Amino acid sequence: MREIDVELIAGEVARLCREANCDLPPDVLRALEEARLKEESPQGRRILEEICENAAIAREERIPLCQDTGIALVFVEIGQEVHLTGGSLSEAINRGVARGYREGYLRKSVVADPLRRRNTGDNTPAVIYYDLVPGEVLRVTVMPKGFGSENCTSLGMLKPADGLEGVKRFVVEAVDRAGPNPCPPVTVGVGLGGTADRALLLAKRALLREVGSSHPDPELAALERELLEEVNKLGYGPGGLGGRVTALAVHVEAYPTHIAGLPVGVCINCHAARHRTWEWRGEGDD
Amino acid sequence: MIDLLRLEVPFSDEVARELEAGQRLLLTGVIFGARDQAHLRFATALQRGESLPLDLKGQVLYYVGPTPAPPGRPCGAAGPTTAGRMDRYTPLLLEYGIKGVIGKGKRSPQVVAALQKHGAVYLAATGGAGALIGRCIEEMRVVAYPDLGPEAVYRMVVRNLPVTVAVDSRGRNLYEEEPARYRLR
Repeated sequence: MREIDVELIAGEVARLCREANCDLPPDVLRALEEARLKEESPQGRRILEEICENAAIAREERIPLCQDTGIALVFVEIGQEVHLTGGSLSEAINRGVARGYREGYLRKSVVADPLRRRNTGDNTPAVIYYDLVPGEVLRVTVMPKGFGSENCTSLGMLKPADGLEGVKRFVVEAVDRAGPNPCPPVTVGVGLGGTADRALLLAKRALLREVGSSHPDPELAALERELLEEVNKLGYGPGGLGGRVTALAVHVEAYPTHIAGLPVGVCINCHAARHRTWEWRGEGDD
Repeated sequence: MIDLLRLEVPFSDEVARELEAGQRLLLTGVIFGARDQAHLRFATALQRGESLPLDLKGQVLYYVGPTPAPPGRPCGAAGPTTAGRMDRYTPLLLEYGIKGVIGKGKRSPQVVAALQKHGAVYLAATGGAGALIGRCIEEMRVVAYPDLGPEAVYRMVVRNLPVTVAVDSRGRNLYEEEPARYRLR
């Protein structure tokens, strides 16, 4: 049994919020560089150059990559041997988000009520997901999710008879509907199975995978490759102003489902596919 | 076609009508930042026959909600937000006298028609390039609706802000034309 004070977690969450918003992960940068070499459209190449330059400015000058610094999605994996002290973990995470967004000069984009729309002023509450896992580990990932892309989310409750072809059609149509709006080149997360809510969560989690990595299941890996190819035939290209690279990657995650259904969740991330993880394995580790 | 045109903002009616889809511009001068909630308030005022909190006739609106300015800087990140969310209000604002709007993403057929009717343009900035565009903003201050926080109306002095003419006053629409050229399905 290991003990951890939730205040330590709050501090790390604050740091993750700041860093995720200013530093694009190396896998995303690599994918953008590769896209620059592949893109045929001159307009598209120019936009990719701007995107890469933007990432360099953000990193060097500690300015957010994008003015939409998102709602903070926080994925927490807690080992069942970990004992939390010092109060509520959810409250500590929200204190961390508030601090990170204040200290990092990040935009506060959260309103307390979807209809009355009063800004909470500190970007809380975060959207937090908890997973209980074996052992003494604690893993916290912050994913600032902007709404230019989040507004392009799709859910399809397909019939089992729709099968693989139905899934492919649904995903490509979802990216087609999104068009230029989610700031292409995008990464596409696809969640298959579970229930409606689980399919969307799988799709969201798929966006946390290393860009361009393949699913360990060869059939799903093949589906990912095929979907990427099909999505890139849409022609939207960087910035949606035409080109070959509409998506950098398609990641698929699957989960068992009911005999009567085939849920398909599609979550899209903009080219600023931001996220940051902190892992704790006992006192003093980082 | 001119490859890269330096352009003073606000621009005259004549200049707005001459701009062509596909032109790349570097904007220098004064623009006004306004997004969802500010648009709602503008539209409500105009529909009631009231005046806007400031005279925006002939001006250029930028759909933006910047990040707070860090110490020693006029502005943080300030890339464009999705323009389609403003579609409901744009024809009314064009009728009022807005000459240009800056954002990202596709517009409704009603907005494209209204741009044509009123001789105005839709300019696309690169979505997500918030740090890069933020550096082009030399002065920024809230001029209306401060209670809206990041959605307040900002007056911005810009230098060489890079945009592309996406929809011109003749109704040419780059968001339709260009993807169609690369579409393979």
